[in-house]
Amino acid sequence: MTYAQAAPAETVSYATADGLLSSVWLLVAIPLVSAAILLLLGRRADRWGHWLGVAAVGAAFLLGLSYFLGLRGLENRSVELSLWDFIAVGGLHVDFGLLFDPLAGVFVLLITGVGFLIHLYAVEYMAHDERRRLFFAYFNLFIAAMLLLVLGNNYVMLYFGWEGVGLASYLLISFWYTKPAAATAGKKAFLMNRVGDAGLAIAIFIMFATLGTTQYDEVFNGIGALAGGTVLVLGVLLLLGAAGKSGQFPLQAWLPDAMEGPTPVSALIHAATMVTAGVYLIARSNIIFSANATLQLVVVSVGALTLLIGAIIGCAKDDIKRVLAWSTVSQIGYMFLGVGLGGAAYALAIVHLLAHGFFKANMFLGAGSVMHGMKDQVDIRRFGGLSKYMRITWLTFGAGWLAIIGMFPFSGYFSKEPIIAAAFEREGWTAWLFGGAAVLGAALTAFYMTRLFVLTFHGPKRWTEDIEHPHESPALMTIPLVLLGIGSLGAGWLLATSVPDWLTTTAGLGTAEAHHDAVLPHWAIVALSLGVTVLGALLGWFLFRNGTATAPQPAGVLVTAARKNLYTDAVNEAVFEKPGIFLTRALVYLDNRGIDGLINGLAAGVGGGSGRLRRLQTGFVRSYATSILTGALLVVAAFLAVQAGWFA
Amino acid sequence: MTELELPPIDYAAIAPILIMLGAAVVGVLIEAFVPRRLRHPVQLPLAVLAVLAALTMVVVNADKRVITIGVIAVDGPTLFLQGAILALSAVALLLLGERAVERGGAFVAQAAVTADSPEDRQQAEKAGGAGEVYPLTTFAIAGMLIFVSANDLLTMFIALEVFSLPLYLLCALARRRRLLSQEAAMKYFLLGAYASAFFLFGLALIYGFTAGLGDRAAGVDFATVNAAVANSTASPVLLFAGMALVAIGLLFKAAAAPFHVWTPDVYQGAPTPLTGFMAACTKVAAFGALLRVFHVAFEGARWDFTPVLGAVAVLTMLVGALFAVTQTDIKRLLAYSSIANAGYLLVGVLAPGSGGLSGTMFYLVAYGFTVLAAIAVVTLVRDADGEATHLSRWAGLGKRSPVYAAVFTFVLLAFAGIPMTSGFTSKFAVFGPALDGGQVWLVIAGVLTSMVLAFPYLRVVVLMWLSEPGDATPTVAVPGALTSAALVIGVLATLVLGVAPAPLLDLASSAADFVR
Repeated sequence: MTYAQAAPAETVSYATADGLLSSVWLLVAIPLVSAAILLLLGRRADRWGHWLGVAAVGAAFLLGLSYFLGLRGLENRSVELSLWDFIAVGGLHVDFGLLFDPLAGVFVLLITGVGFLIHLYAVEYMAHDERRRLFFAYFNLFIAAMLLLVLGNNYVMLYFGWEGVGLASYLLISFWYTKPAAATAGKKAFLMNRVGDAGLAIAIFIMFATLGTTQYDEVFNGIGALAGGTVLVLGVLLLLGAAGKSGQFPLQAWLPDAMEGPTPVSALIHAATMVTAGVYLIARSNIIFSANATLQLVVVSVGALTLLIGAIIGCAKDDIKRVLAWSTVSQIGYMFLGVGLGGAAYALAIVHLLAHGFFKANMFLGAGSVMHGMKDQVDIRRFGGLSKYMRITWLTFGAGWLAIIGMFPFSGYFSKEPIIAAAFEREGWTAWLFGGAAVLGAALTAFYMTRLFVLTFHGPKRWTEDIEHPHESPALMTIPLVLLGIGSLGAGWLLATSVPDWLTTTAGLGTAEAHHDAVLPHWAIVALSLGVTVLGALLGWFLFRNGTATAPQPAGVLVTAARKNLYTDAVNEAVFEKPGIFLTRALVYLDNRGIDGLINGLAAGVGGGSGRLRRLQTGFVRSYATSILTGALLVVAAFLAVQAGWFA
Repeated sequence: MTELELPPIDYAAIAPILIMLGAAVVGVLIEAFVPRRLRHPVQLPLAVLAVLAALTMVVVNADKRVITIGVIAVDGPTLFLQGAILALSAVALLLLGERAVERGGAFVAQAAVTADSPEDRQQAEKAGGAGEVYPLTTFAIAGMLIFVSANDLLTMFIALEVFSLPLYLLCALARRRRLLSQEAAMKYFLLGAYASAFFLFGLALIYGFTAGLGDRAAGVDFATVNAAVANSTASPVLLFAGMALVAIGLLFKAAAAPFHVWTPDVYQGAPTPLTGFMAACTKVAAFGALLRVFHVAFEGARWDFTPVLGAVAVLTMLVGALFAVTQTDIKRLLAYSSIANAGYLLVGVLAPGSGGLSGTMFYLVAYGFTVLAAIAVVTLVRDADGEATHLSRWAGLGKRSPVYAAVFTFVLLAFAGIPMTSGFTSKFAVFGPALDGGQVWLVIAGVLTSMVLAFPYLRVVVLMWLSEPGDATPTVAVPGALTSAALVIGVLATLVLGVAPAPLLDLASSAADFVR
């Protein structure tokens, strides 16, 4: 039986945008202009700049919503808007063009909707930072780049936005650049992303070399004519790009370190939106990935492996934001698993992405709220009993906790369970392998998230001496929390019923009828995943209800490995960093001694020669005249010599 | 008695020349009859209007392809080059006419006062400038217009003198550093006369060579020379010696090595706006003539003159680049840069076919605007004694006057051939056809010398931005409207021709066809 070999028979084409939808470019332009204003006006905008930033994203959200509703009436529910010729060199033509379809639409709503709430939250969170205006400028820049990423109608536009969000991410991770850890984390994120970006860039080069175009529709229509090997290489390179941006194995190490940035940044960029760009890339390129079964296996493996790595390391971390970061890595692993499974699971992965955007942003903002009340401490071993002091944060965080572990009827249940079920629908033993990994991941998630929740909000107080009375955050911070909390509660159910159908039938995301029999009956999968979730949560509650030691404890092999990020950093250091440093040193030596020696010698020679030659320019007319005469004699002689050769 | 029949004259075709000559004559009359204080306000608009009127006539003539009375060829290259000369002259006139930066402008009122005498110092500070500057400049422009359209060697020679003589005079009129200015004029005149003699001697030899044509009379018009190169029975020694001598006369004006020796001294000594005029317009005229002589008259001997002129081009690039490295005066630096650019232009002249022709014409326009922008900045960097041209004085200018330092940096980057400036596109325009024509060695020499030449340019940039301003760092004068306009035009042209060169390149290639 073949599974999800679903290259669609009909060709992909998009209608031209008109009416309301012809102003889709405003989505990118509004935050971009706002960012430019905030950057260019400088300190003059300090007093009101943050409100401009919030308003820009709010306006983009309202516009995005009206465009989204505008799609409903259209026949194929996708419109293309070609603004101008971006690059036209020889055979290469790249439009500066936008594509608005359901897939782009849900991303626009997520980015601007969640983005708006986080902007609002950041107004208060960053209130005491004297560089708040700059923060909002970068934040708006990020929104503009992210919208460009999801709205482009070709891979070059996607790459444009891709690099834009990378820049914004770098600027924001190291926003507190005077902190060495933040500066290093920014650099690490930037460098590791380069690896993935190089993959994406080469993939785009291959598209141009083999298909002569980078437009989505033309690439997708041409992919069937390519050799299997080419498609495989193309897909693996795209996957490399996606893994770099989304913190997937083997490029996951930068994401937890990125938590050095301000918490709203972690919530918006490193949880809800930017890190899901890899999922978007694969979902957008689903026709490429569906065209090759090996490719799908690679994606599924990366997803399954990463979701386990993230979950295992998440169990061993004591930093509230790091735990959330590793859980992000793990949850995106689920999304990769989903897009790798292909067929109907593409839409399931997108649904999980949207649900995750809500509950993870919610939890990050909750963590920020806790830090706000606890003098910026992040160690969960020194929290405890906060539920009485921060009621709203506790309740909303609790909603996020129940959502992420997949408890019925919270949103995670509706988005994660179908992915687990789809994993069990694979053929033969791989169904057990990937289904088992997904179930194990669910159990681990339940355990470590319960640990986080219990250690933070329940049990005995283990506060450091300087904290006397933690307080709830002000309304500007709690209102977004409440709204996102409601989203964590209800969004999953809402999304799970309508969005997959809509995405599958209208956005060309896989095929709806690719279902085939799972190795287990559906009720058994539901029971299994709910069962392990409850077990994991109970275990977490049981172990940590009485608090924990406030200092690191000796641990066995597995826990030590998990604390050290499963030695992935050590591997990176041994395999890439050390030889890299050696290589640079060798090259610097070669450059200093060999090349520079040559160049400097040459330059010194030119300079010295010039100094000596200058003396020929004496300033006397008689010597000038002699020089001209000599030159004239030589030229005449040369002409005559040539002539003698010619007429001989 | 037989009636003398005048040849028919196409007045429209020679209208630009007539307008400029007419304006020059009117300018002389104004000097004679208009009160002194009114002369400048009348002369400058007259000159600018005349240039614009002539430019309009060039545009009107755009489709004309005619040789009138046998001596003036009006064709694509003529019209393009005349347009270039007029456009660049208009900008140069703005610089020449500027009187807001220095009282009375860059020119002295009376050149005959003994240099450095008390009277001379008196007039340097008090008196207005000489009004003769405008008719002299207008005569020079007219001469250049004739020079690029001349259809025989004799007309070309006369045009050479028509535009050279006013330039010799103008060189001596600098308000400051009078001795240097007079010395420059003297050297320019002596060496110019010397080079003219070479040209004239070459002309005579060519005439002798054409006498060997059996079926038509001897002559020095280009069609006859062209025919003679193909099948004259006279000794080819006449042709080759003559061609060499004519080339020397033209290469002198183009400032190609080893006939460049006058350039640094004259560029340094001449009034700075005039330096700009010479660097931009004389260059166009000289290369326009070289293009016509070697593409029309001596076309048949291409394979013989290419190696020799190629060697001259390489030598010119080398001399310009190497000497520029150790210059300490900004005007001398620009002079050597102009010499090196003459080498690059020669590469374009030697590239066969219309590609080289259009590339050279594009280069001339691009370079002209950039050099005028550079000169405009040089006129502004000054202290109580006039312009501060020694490079050590420019140290730290970026901190004192960031805007002008930034503009000058942009201009220097254009000279260095950095992309997004016209310096890059124009080098591309001449090196491309040369490469296609198989002149690989010229292109290699061009690229290597550009690399050397980037050093002195960037040294100035480093000096301006990375050095601390000292007590000797002058301030930048507030430019008058005229200098501002010239600066803006020059910089904009440099930018536009760097970013969107296609329209001008298309125009140049559609114009790249001589009438014969």
